[in-house]
Amino acid sequence: MSEDTALSAQKSAPVAKKESSVSALLGSAAGRNTGLVVALVLLCLGGVITAGDRFADVDNLLTILRLAAVIGVVSIGMTFVITGGGIDLSVGAIVALSSVWATTLATQGIANDTHWIVMVFTALLVGGACGLVNGALIAYGRVVAFIATLASLAAARGLAEIISNRKTQIVNVPGFAAFFDASVLGVPVLVVIFALVAAGGWVLLNRTTFGRRTFAVGGNPEAARLAGIDVRRHTVMLYSLLGLCCGLAAVMLIARTTTGSATHGGLYELDAIAAVVIGGTLLSGGRGTIAGTVFGVLIFTTLSNVFTLNNLSISAQAVAKGAIIVIAVLLQQRLARRSGA
Amino acid sequence: MVSSPARESALLSVEGVVKRFPGVTALGGVDFDVRAGEVHCLLGQNGAGKSTLIKVLAGAHRPDEGVIRWRGEVVEFGNPTSAMRSGVAAIYQELDLVAGLSVSDNVFLGHELSTAGFSRRAEARRQTRALLDRLGHRDISPDRDVGRLSVAHQQIVSMARALSLDGQLLIMDEPSAVLDPDEVRVLFGIIRELTAQGVAVIYISHRLAEIREIGDRVTVLKDGRTVATGLPAREVKTSELIALMTGRVLDNVYPRRSPVDPAAPEVLVVRGLADGDRFAGVDLTVRAGEVVGLAGLVGSGRSEILETIYGARKAAEGTVEVDGKALRRGSVGAAVRAGMGLCPEERKSQGLLLDQAVYRNITVSSMSAFAKFGFLDDRAERARSTKLTESLDVRPAGVDRLVRGLSGGNQQKVVLARWLLRECRVLLLDEPTRGVDVGARSEIYELIRRLADSGVAVVVVSSDVEEVLGLADRVLVVREGRVVHDGPADEIDESRVLDLVMEGQPA
Repeated sequence: MSEDTALSAQKSAPVAKKESSVSALLGSAAGRNTGLVVALVLLCLGGVITAGDRFADVDNLLTILRLAAVIGVVSIGMTFVITGGGIDLSVGAIVALSSVWATTLATQGIANDTHWIVMVFTALLVGGACGLVNGALIAYGRVVAFIATLASLAAARGLAEIISNRKTQIVNVPGFAAFFDASVLGVPVLVVIFALVAAGGWVLLNRTTFGRRTFAVGGNPEAARLAGIDVRRHTVMLYSLLGLCCGLAAVMLIARTTTGSATHGGLYELDAIAAVVIGGTLLSGGRGTIAGTVFGVLIFTTLSNVFTLNNLSISAQAVAKGAIIVIAVLLQQRLARRSGA
Repeated sequence: MVSSPARESALLSVEGVVKRFPGVTALGGVDFDVRAGEVHCLLGQNGAGKSTLIKVLAGAHRPDEGVIRWRGEVVEFGNPTSAMRSGVAAIYQELDLVAGLSVSDNVFLGHELSTAGFSRRAEARRQTRALLDRLGHRDISPDRDVGRLSVAHQQIVSMARALSLDGQLLIMDEPSAVLDPDEVRVLFGIIRELTAQGVAVIYISHRLAEIREIGDRVTVLKDGRTVATGLPAREVKTSELIALMTGRVLDNVYPRRSPVDPAAPEVLVVRGLADGDRFAGVDLTVRAGEVVGLAGLVGSGRSEILETIYGARKAAEGTVEVDGKALRRGSVGAAVRAGMGLCPEERKSQGLLLDQAVYRNITVSSMSAFAKFGFLDDRAERARSTKLTESLDVRPAGVDRLVRGLSGGNQQKVVLARWLLRECRVLLLDEPTRGVDVGARSEIYELIRRLADSGVAVVVVSSDVEEVLGLADRVLVVREGRVVHDGPADEIDESRVLDLVMEGQPA
C-alpha cells in the first residue's frame, strides 16, 4: 500500500528545480552570516587601530576566546530554547546556583576523598535539574515561559545565596585546576569545550530528529502536536538541555575564576539572548542558527575587550551593546523583507 | 474584453487594470463593471488574481496600469480609508478582526463613534446590536471578545463591520466558506435586501450553486486576466464556467465509487465516544476501503468528534480502536503510531509549518523512518518527498520551497503527502477542500478515492453536503453532538440531509 501503487496513475510532473532553490537558501544563510563576519572584522580593525599590538596579541585573543567560552556555552543552549519558541531568563541564576553547589561540595572536605569530577557532575546535575523544573512548569504546568523562568531567576539566585551564605568560595582542587587550565595545541581547554559544544549543537540542531522537532515546535506548536510530535516532552527536553549548558558554564566559570559565588552569571540571560538574536535566530521561534549565535557571542566579547583596552567604562560598553542589538535587528528585518518579497 | 455598453449605469468600472509584484504579474488586464443593485460574481481558480483584485478595489494595493471609475469618474483609492469613504467595503477571506477587542470595538474599528474625542461606547454597542440583529444573530453579544467567537461568528462580525460603513459596494471574499447552510440562507437574505436598496455586491465563491442562486452576472478570471465578463449567472452552463476557469473540460468532479467489500476488515471502530461536553454516544465503524462522510452544522460537534478520535481532545467516555487495538485516550502520538492521520480544519494554523520547506512538512510525522541513531538523512527525505509531490502534481515543483508560498490546494496536497508517506491505515479529513479551487478540488477527490481503494479507511467532515454525498460511501449526520443518521450515501439526497441537519432548529 505504498504511495507508488496508490498513485501510479498520476501524470508525471515537471522535474523539481532543486538547484535554484537550494542555492537561494544557501545564499540567504550565507548572506546573514556575512553581515556578522563583516561586523566582527570591523570590530577587530577598530581594536588594531586603537590599541595596536595590545589587541593583536595572541594572549589577548586567547583571553577574548576564554571570556567568550562561558557565555558561549549558555548561548548555544539558549539558541535551542528560543528556536523552540521559548525563552529562559533564569540562566544566570542557574549558573550561580550550580557554581556554589559544586564549590560548597569541594570546600567541605569531600574533595579530598573524592575525585574532582564529582564536582563537575554536581554542577551539571544541578543545572540540568533546574532546566527540568523550568521545562515541566512551562510544558505541563502551562505557565508562560517568561513568568516561569522569571520566578526561577529569583528562586535560584536566592537559593545560591543561602547555600553559599553570600560568601565567595575559593576552590583549591589541584586536579581540577590542572585539567581546565591546560591547553590543547596552544588552545585553552575552556575554548576547546566551547568549540565542542558549538559543533555538537550545530549537529544536534541541523542533522537530527531532535533539531527538526525543535524547528517544528517553535514554528507552529499546534501543527507539530497534530503531526504526532509530543510537544510538551520536547519542551521539557529543550529547557533541560539549556540547564545542562548552564551547569557546564558554571564549571568553566569556577575554573576561570577559581571561585564559586552567588553573584556569578549576572545578566547572563540578557547577554545570551542578545547574542542569539543578533545571530539571526527568530525570537518568535521556528528559525535558529548556531553559527550566528557563535558570531554574536564573539562580537560582544570582542567589543568589551576593545573598550577595556581603551580604558572606556563598563557603562560605555553597555551603551554600545544596546546600539549593536538595535542595528543588528533592523538590518535583519530589512534582509528578511527583501528575501521574502 | 469590452465592458458593458451601459457604462453610465455602472457604479464601478474597471478597465485594463494591471498589478505587478516583484517577479510576478498578479493582474494582467482586468475589465469588468458593476451596476448598482446587482450581485456580480467573480470566479477563478486559486491564483487567478481574485484576492489581488479585491485589494486593488478596496485601496489596499495601487494598480500599475488601468483605470477605475466610480460613478463614471476616474478615481484612485490610495488607501483603504479613502475607498471606505467612497463607499467601498471589503470583507476579506482572512478575517481582519482584532482578537482581544470586543465585537462592537471591532465593528467600529477605524471609524469609531466619538464626540470631542471621547468614544461613545454605549452608542457603538447599540448600533452593533442593531447590525447583528439585521444579520440574524442576536446571539452574539457586542461585548464578547472577538477572539473567543467561532470562525462563522467572526465572519458575521466582519459583515456587520462592512454594513456599519454604509457601503455602496460590498466585496465579499468567499463568505460562505465558514458558514452553515442556514447561515448562508440568512446571508443571501441580507444580500437581497441590500441590493434592493441599490447597494452593489461583488461576490466571490467557489460554489457554483451559490452563484446561480444569488448572482446576477459572472466575470471569470484566469491567470490575472478577464476571460469572460457579464455572463448571466442563472443561465450560463456549469461546464462552460469550469472550462473558462481551468482552460479544460471536466465532466464529473467526483470520482466513481468502487463498491466496498462487505467482508473487508473493520479498521476504525469507535464505540460510545463522548467528550462530556459537545457530543456523546458516537458509534462509528469504517472498513478498509470505505469513505465515511460526517455531515452537520458548524458547531454540531463534527470537528470535535474527529479531533477526539485522533486524540487531539481527550475523550471522557468510549473507545477508539484501530485494527482491533484500543488507543490511549488523549494521545495524538498513540493515534499516529497506530496508523492514523489527520488533515485538520485550519490548514495554516493547525496543519502546516508555513515557514519551513515542503519536504520538512511532509516528513515531520515520519522522521524516525529517515533517521539512524537520531541523525536524519536529508537526501533521502528530499528524494521521497520529491517523488510524492511529483505524483500529487504539487505546483510549483521543488521540495525546498517554503509552504507559505503555495496555494491552498497545493498546501492541502502537502498535508496529504505527509500521511501518504506514513502509509496510514485511517485518514481523518476535516474540510479537505476549504479554500481549494475547482481544478485542485477534483484532484483531491481523486486522491482520496484512490487512497480508499488501496485499503485506507477514510473519514471526511465537510460543511458542503454535496461534497459529502459525492465523495463518501456512507454518510453520518451529526446534530447537536449526536449521530442522527447512518446509511449509504446513494440512498439519501441533499435535501434529506439538510432536513436531518436542521431538524428541531429554529429556521
